[in-house]
Amino acid sequence: MAFITANWNPLGEAFYRKTELYEMCWNLRDGLRDCLVAAAPYGGPIALLREPHRRSPSSRPQLEIYSASGVSITSFPWKSGPVVQLGWTVSDELLCIQEDGSVLIYDVFGSFKRHFSMGQEVVQSQVLEAKVFHSPYGTGVAIVTGSSRFTLATNIDDLKLRRLPEVPGLRGRPSCWVVLTQDRQTKVLLSTGPELYILDNTSCTAVCPPGFGPQAGSIVHMSVSFSYKYLALFTDTGHVWTGSSHLQDKLSEVDTKKSTPPKQMVWCRRPKSQQPSVVLMWDRLLMVAGVCNDTIQFPMEDQCVLVGELDGVRIISSTNQELLQEVPLVCQDIFKIASMAPGALLLEAHREYEKSSQKADEYLREIKEQSMLGEAVRQCVEAAGHEYDTNTQKSLLRAASFGKCFLTDFSPDPFVSTCRELRVLNAVRESDVGLPLTYTQFKQMTLQVLIDRLVYRQFYPLAIEICRYLKIPDYQGVSRVLKHWASCKVQQKDLSDEAIARAVCVKVGDSPGVSYSHIAAKAYECGRTELAIKLLDFEARSGEQVPLLLKMKRSQLALSKAVESGDTDLVYTVVTYLKNEMNRGDFFMTLRNQPVALSLYRQFCKLQEQETLKDLYNQDDDHQELANYYVTASYREKRLDSRLSLLQSAVDEYNKAKNEFSAKATEDEMRLLRFQRKLDDEKGAGLLGLSLQATMEALLALGLHKQAEQLYRDFRVPDKRYWWLKLKSLAEKEEWEELEKFSKSKKSPIGYLAFVEVCMKCNNKYEAKKYVSKVTPEQKVKAHLAISDLEGAADVAIEHKNESEMAAVLSRCSASDRSLIDRLNRARASVAKK
Amino acid sequence: MSERCPVPLLWPRMAHSARRDSPELPDFSLLKRLARDQLVYLLEQLPGKKDLFIEADLMSPLDRIANVSTLKEHEVDKLYKVEYKPITSTSDQLCFLIRPRIKTVKWICDVANADKATGKFRRYKIIFTPQKFYACEAVLEEQGIFGDVTTDEWAFYLLPLDDDIISLELPEFFRDNFLAGDQRWVRTAGSALHLLHSLYGPFSKVYGIGRCSKMAYESWREQVAEGEQRTRQAEIGRVFLIDRDVDFVTPLCSQVVYEGLVDDIFRIKCGCVEFGPDVTSDKSVKVMLNSQDKVFNEIRNEHFSNVFGFLSQKARNLQTAYDKRRGMDIKQMKTFVSEELKGLKQEHRLLSLHIGASESIMKKKTKQDFQELLKTEHSLLEGFEIRECISFIEEHINRQVSMIQSLRLLCLLSITENGLMPKDYRSLKAQYLQSYGVDHLLTFANLRHLGLLVEQQPGETLTVMESKVGKLVNDKTAGKLTDAFSSLARKSNFRALSRRLNLVPKSGEEYDLRVPRDMAYIFSGAYVPLSCKLIEQVLERDGWTGLEEVTKLLNGNEFAVTGSNGADSKAKNDAQRIILVMFLGGCTFSEISALRFLGREKGYKFIVVATAITNSSRLLESLLDNHV
Repeated sequence: MAFITANWNPLGEAFYRKTELYEMCWNLRDGLRDCLVAAAPYGGPIALLREPHRRSPSSRPQLEIYSASGVSITSFPWKSGPVVQLGWTVSDELLCIQEDGSVLIYDVFGSFKRHFSMGQEVVQSQVLEAKVFHSPYGTGVAIVTGSSRFTLATNIDDLKLRRLPEVPGLRGRPSCWVVLTQDRQTKVLLSTGPELYILDNTSCTAVCPPGFGPQAGSIVHMSVSFSYKYLALFTDTGHVWTGSSHLQDKLSEVDTKKSTPPKQMVWCRRPKSQQPSVVLMWDRLLMVAGVCNDTIQFPMEDQCVLVGELDGVRIISSTNQELLQEVPLVCQDIFKIASMAPGALLLEAHREYEKSSQKADEYLREIKEQSMLGEAVRQCVEAAGHEYDTNTQKSLLRAASFGKCFLTDFSPDPFVSTCRELRVLNAVRESDVGLPLTYTQFKQMTLQVLIDRLVYRQFYPLAIEICRYLKIPDYQGVSRVLKHWASCKVQQKDLSDEAIARAVCVKVGDSPGVSYSHIAAKAYECGRTELAIKLLDFEARSGEQVPLLLKMKRSQLALSKAVESGDTDLVYTVVTYLKNEMNRGDFFMTLRNQPVALSLYRQFCKLQEQETLKDLYNQDDDHQELANYYVTASYREKRLDSRLSLLQSAVDEYNKAKNEFSAKATEDEMRLLRFQRKLDDEKGAGLLGLSLQATMEALLALGLHKQAEQLYRDFRVPDKRYWWLKLKSLAEKEEWEELEKFSKSKKSPIGYLAFVEVCMKCNNKYEAKKYVSKVTPEQKVKAHLAISDLEGAADVAIEHKNESEMAAVLSRCSASDRSLIDRLNRARASVAKK
Repeated sequence: MSERCPVPLLWPRMAHSARRDSPELPDFSLLKRLARDQLVYLLEQLPGKKDLFIEADLMSPLDRIANVSTLKEHEVDKLYKVEYKPITSTSDQLCFLIRPRIKTVKWICDVANADKATGKFRRYKIIFTPQKFYACEAVLEEQGIFGDVTTDEWAFYLLPLDDDIISLELPEFFRDNFLAGDQRWVRTAGSALHLLHSLYGPFSKVYGIGRCSKMAYESWREQVAEGEQRTRQAEIGRVFLIDRDVDFVTPLCSQVVYEGLVDDIFRIKCGCVEFGPDVTSDKSVKVMLNSQDKVFNEIRNEHFSNVFGFLSQKARNLQTAYDKRRGMDIKQMKTFVSEELKGLKQEHRLLSLHIGASESIMKKKTKQDFQELLKTEHSLLEGFEIRECISFIEEHINRQVSMIQSLRLLCLLSITENGLMPKDYRSLKAQYLQSYGVDHLLTFANLRHLGLLVEQQPGETLTVMESKVGKLVNDKTAGKLTDAFSSLARKSNFRALSRRLNLVPKSGEEYDLRVPRDMAYIFSGAYVPLSCKLIEQVLERDGWTGLEEVTKLLNGNEFAVTGSNGADSKAKNDAQRIILVMFLGGCTFSEISALRFLGREKGYKFIVVATAITNSSRLLESLLDNHV
């Protein structure tokens, strides 16, 4: 513990430390010599291409991909053209930029994804140098060609090539160059030796860094910081000029006393630090040059590669990997020798406490007197985050927890979350996973991205563990991991469809948010249609199955799934699709097996395509519906003969459907229509389209009794109906004589009470009375009451000795009918007695 | 009754003796607010002045949500009703608020294409409510104006008509779903349920019967699974879903409870009725009929025979209240005028309206023929004197009393008798066609399709055959066979159901309509509505156990599902007694009255959600296919 500052080196006001991250697991025979190396930031994977310039088919260069800890992920012989540059995208895909300007993209497992070209002209002029860079827009590629022209692609996922203007006087490659992203623009800064130019979309401008005297010499190396904020220039006189990348301010100029240009120069800066520095590497020397004009020098034994990170520099050699960083302030406060910072005191107090020494109390008192205990705990928690060594983390966290006991209103959240996050970080830092993330990087990267990376690298169990441990909601956590796992699983060619489907189902189960259709789509993409169908069976939401099934040309299945889903829009989508895909016969046959789809389509046809509707019924030999269709159609027809011919078709179809009743009714209608037409022509009666009843009514109203009679006979109108009709019609026209004649024509099938009532309705009591005598005995009381003849009603009721009839009469009596009431009451009493 | 009414109410209130522990109903005005806010948002999506075209049957529902001034505030210039004619609007922005119907969309296409032809440039926006259908968009595409219009959805699923009635205002649901077999609205019903669930749920138990109910339930479950879960205090505990075709008898009966009668005679539209001069003896007035109307609120559930007595008592009370003025000093008079007079005046106005309405109803309904009509209905329900009923119906048709009424009686006859004898079927149909035209062939085809008016199968009836088959083979095959039979023709088993559920009380017993014994009071004590009886039974048994025979007669499709949070269903007792009943295909006011009665008896509160308020006329009119 005491030696925690042993590897600290002062530089100006800051300290720098080198922490070992890994003993590399790889076993490189020739070290990193003769290799193209690319290591992704944020502890990403490392790609190596050995002897990239070997071209003979017998001995191809080998492309190897390792995790950051040197665990081999894949390795394969490079069979394409010569590679100029390797690089990683923000989503950990490997870019291999070839001499001919084509860029090949591989995933971390070495499987080829796609390729693109940096332009046709490059094939001729060849790529001299290339750089891969990251910006808010994604990953970009910049090249300089043999004809000294620069071409940029700012985002390889949305490829737009930009050829930058010519640089005056440039022949061959520039002596050095970098890509800058400034003010939402991507530019190239290059040096041709003495001159420095900024190259943007439209122009090439010569620039001069402030405070950069002519004596400084010509620029032979340059480097831009992780955030594109700072720039470092190395001149052939051994000076390092540092300043802002806008070239407006100068930070410092350090004389390295080295005349050879460094092999690599990388910015090393902690976010928000006022003390940035540049790390330069020569064959046997590593130098940290600070803005304070001071330097730290480390001897080096082995060939190394520097990887710039957000908050430091990783140094990868063939045997180990170290992190060089400025010691975070809070760690300085705590661990600086003789520090009196509250955190330092708390750590000390806890240490004494563990030794059961009363000094613990003294230290605590000291902190508490300054009322800095909260601050002390906060410092310890924060420092723990920045420490790589688990023992140091532990002692800091224990001290924090100890200090917390003496505080009453201290939020435990930062402590708890730091503990959790450190546990996750320590797990991913493990050599077999190999993601050496610092706490700062982790925070910048976010947990979501970390889980994505783990998933991408196929560390599914670990990812799930982390999700569960951090209690991430299933949607964003476990389910997402399972989804990726399943998508990956379906690509395993060595397993049978059956086995994969089972494995997927067992693992995924019904985790919320995992869509089987998504997995099935993946399987289909890999050409495993059968597997896709099997997987779709697990999909609970049938709506999700349909689009994929259509894509796989399983239209029948798609239709039945759509129907199952109960979503008519979906059914309709499939129906439309089928309509366009299939010939009409097959289409109708398919619909026939799916009543829901069929009725939906029918509804649509009723409004949009009447003709199709007919075909549909024809296809099904649905004569009944076909007949109904013709009847409907006949009403839209104005002309009588077309109307009749439609009705005739309806009759034929009804006959085929063995619906004699309807056939007969339709035939009657045709007969009626012809009859109406005839009369309309002859008498202008305006009958066409009326119902039989209405026609007869109209005829009677017009006094055409004979014709009405004819209809009555021809259409076998029930007697009752005809009598009612004639009765009403005659009464309305007040043809009382005619009515009386009619009443005597034969015995009324509707009785004579109707006559009484109808006459009364027409306010003719005199006529009404004529019929009262003819009314059947049962209705007589009613008849008398109808003409308001209470006496008569009472007589009949008493004669009938019918109590309810008497009651009916009574209810109509008013107070003035005293004697009648008495009579009725007496009769009632005598009936009741019996 | 006004709170300040100084005279104690004398009218016996047996029917209203609610249990004290009845839970409070949830506040459904939230639904209106949500709908209004969304509509405003959608209108603002089309900035600037615009003319708004509103589908005719959306006018009234819209009026309940946002009045004209609200629309004007959001830059709606002129309002038009969709009339399927060329338009006269001169605005350069047109907004259409419509139901997702192909006919309307086609009309909009015509409007847009006409503009194109004359080189007029306008912006068009279609707001479909409650949702858009793919078929509508397909029409836009076919007519080549898909790119010219923007479309949106106004998720206005539910319109609260009263404290306990919510309507989807989708009358076409019935025909589309049950007749045409078009299930496009099922998802709408599911979404409506989902909305209620997310605002007033979580539901702890869902019961249902009917194919459509089952599908709506599944659609809702799916939507719940897709969305995120929230745990909150439930306001509605239980839900009952029922298809209209489970019980056709009830909506086909004449309504005799005040609210139902008013609907049958004057047609209540969207909670509002227009009383003509025969009621007001002046010009027509539109009256909102809901619990805000204190007079109406007390008579709406009463059998009509009680209404007059109540109203006259009420009038007397009112007079007493007015009379109080006499002998008041100035100060008292001042308080009276400022505090009571307005309430009394209001009550006075309402009272005179309802008295007018009752008189008008009396005129129509106390006549001999109405009594005979009721008698026939009751005979049909009881299954007595069927021949007399048939002659009554025949005369009804011959005398052309009413096209719809005759049809209603025919259907009632067919359902209660499990189909008509072939001879009767033919002769009644033939006479009907003579009366009202041969185009009703199509109407009859529709009624047959729905099982509302069918011919008895010659020879043995299905039931007999089924039971024979059932004995011969194992249950599973029997089930399949039953399915096959029921698909042949949906047969009615009213008689058997009526026996099993005791729907028709023994005749001859006195039934005091002022002191209702059971839900039968809504049909003068002659019939307990099947739909409500099922609800009562299922709630009592907490499921369908013991009702197996009944569900078999109803063609199955029953379900009872306990929600995921079954654990706390015991704890929140209040919510458990709030029961949402959803009628898919419409519900009548009589059924609502019956449920209110049941609620009072058992200490429940029912909330009725219906795809539309229906009655016999609306039900049958939707099945007409005559093209007069």
